[in-house]
Amino acid sequence: MIFGAILAGGIGSRMNIADVPKQFLPLGNKPIVIHTLEKFLLCTSFDKVYVGVHPSWISHMEDLIDKYINSKAEKVCIVPGGEDRNSTIFNIVKSIEEDYGENEEDIIVTHDAVRPFVTLRIINDNIDAALKYGACDTVIPATDTIVESKNGISITNIPIRSHMYQGQTPQSFKIAKLKKAYYDLSDEEKDILTDACNILVKRKMYVHLVMGDPSNMKITTVNDYKVAQAMVGGMAID
Amino acid sequence: MINYVYQLVSPKLISVKHEVLDTKEMVLIRPEYMSICQADQRYYQGMRSGKVMKEKLPMALIHECCGTVVFDDTNTFKEGQRVVMIPNHSSTKNDVIYENYAKDSFFLSSGHDGFMRELVNLLPDRVVQFENIELPIAAITEFVSVGVHAITRFDLAAHSNRGIIGIWGDGSLAYIVASLLKELQTESEIIVVGKNINKLSHFSFVDKTYLADYLPSDFEVDHAFECVGGEGSYFAIDDIIRYINPQGTVMLLGVSENKVPIYTRDILEKGLSFIGCSRSGRTDFQKAVELLGNKKLQNRLSTIIFEDKPVSSITDIHRVFQADLSIPFKTVFRWNL
Repeated sequence: MIFGAILAGGIGSRMNIADVPKQFLPLGNKPIVIHTLEKFLLCTSFDKVYVGVHPSWISHMEDLIDKYINSKAEKVCIVPGGEDRNSTIFNIVKSIEEDYGENEEDIIVTHDAVRPFVTLRIINDNIDAALKYGACDTVIPATDTIVESKNGISITNIPIRSHMYQGQTPQSFKIAKLKKAYYDLSDEEKDILTDACNILVKRKMYVHLVMGDPSNMKITTVNDYKVAQAMVGGMAID
Repeated sequence: MINYVYQLVSPKLISVKHEVLDTKEMVLIRPEYMSICQADQRYYQGMRSGKVMKEKLPMALIHECCGTVVFDDTNTFKEGQRVVMIPNHSSTKNDVIYENYAKDSFFLSSGHDGFMRELVNLLPDRVVQFENIELPIAAITEFVSVGVHAITRFDLAAHSNRGIIGIWGDGSLAYIVASLLKELQTESEIIVVGKNINKLSHFSFVDKTYLADYLPSDFEVDHAFECVGGEGSYFAIDDIIRYINPQGTVMLLGVSENKVPIYTRDILEKGLSFIGCSRSGRTDFQKAVELLGNKKLQNRLSTIIFEDKPVSSITDIHRVFQADLSIPFKTVFRWNL
């Protein structure tokens, strides 16, 4: 089976716009997370779409689904988010296994709630790659030269730009493969490896690249939010 | 949700417009296969006048497309149903005037966004379901419906002496009209008059083909379909007037950018009828889908379809428009954007 996993567990706004987490801020006529969820629900490959939400915001998320998601609400399942990104993913995995049991071939497509510009093409390419290769990451070629500095004062290294990519989401996996890599980590490693694909890379597992889109931006800062508003022709809110 | 619209902003320049998609009372369709029309190519190359380009752009191109229903707020269609999309839109209901000639009608990919989008939202009466049609063939349903529309009007207008029907033109439109006439006017002899012997050789199913420059002196037709357009319109219409029998009906389908002089003296003397045909409406689409259910017709049309590689990026959009320039008939491609 194939499952969507929208990661909406954050609680910090970091934007000084409102007291709500950024995934609940309006973009056009709907909250950001609803735009993201709607796109996932259009993908007919998904058997269920799980949304990981901080426990304090679950009732809010339920209200939003009641308000905006009509005909496909039965395909959505809200799961309490964890303390960090990976624990939210594994709360969703746990919920999937409670609902459907453990299956070697099951796929999970994890995605940031604050990337509402994801396209069906990117989602479908993720599903195809996860089915074929077991794991994939969505990336776009780096346009700026990447400069590495280990001390923040001087350059340590300048990698070849054509070898550099910027990571986006979705990140998609065979659940069994992800679990195997994650449960192999020490607690110390779990604290450091916050990126799910990085867990597999550190365990020398193959992760395929899926081409993302420059528009598939992550709305993290006030500036991102203004850009996103401008992209959909809406009003920028300060 | 947020939708991606791939707009032509100036000749050979595509830009993405993001829009919050309106789904209320709408059917949402994921485009799957598209076909390039000469009208799209003219916009893409900037071959329309500067005034027209300024009026129409920016807009998404393509009005020949099939896809899959992914959501329907009206419950008219089921998710997963394959459909073709009608680019003509009019809010006027009129039993006399066809919807494609309504004064308030507008056309997607002519001043309004065409189908080069991630998702297309349409009212349910702008969507026609199909089954058992290969997707590259279904992609040209709009093109077929234009032929259906012309033949429907011909059938209503032309006198019953239909022994010989002549088609001027050897391109895709002539091919479609000839194919449909063979299906719909089975008692008539179908003759095609063209300029290119290689293209004429595709018309193996018609009764006769002629090169326009070598028409026999006793050549005659009872009615004619003009499918030439452009600079060739003048020569085609002039030939038709010369060779058509009295009171014949001439269906004009070719688009000309410039005014075309025609010899009205002979039109009057022969009592000819000229009928202009452009675009199509829902009933034409339904009839086209019905006709395309015929595998023999599908096979015939497949010989004029060149399937290019899928389009998965803006670079690929440029690639298919460039490739289409060297394709004598129809270019279709899978839409992956």
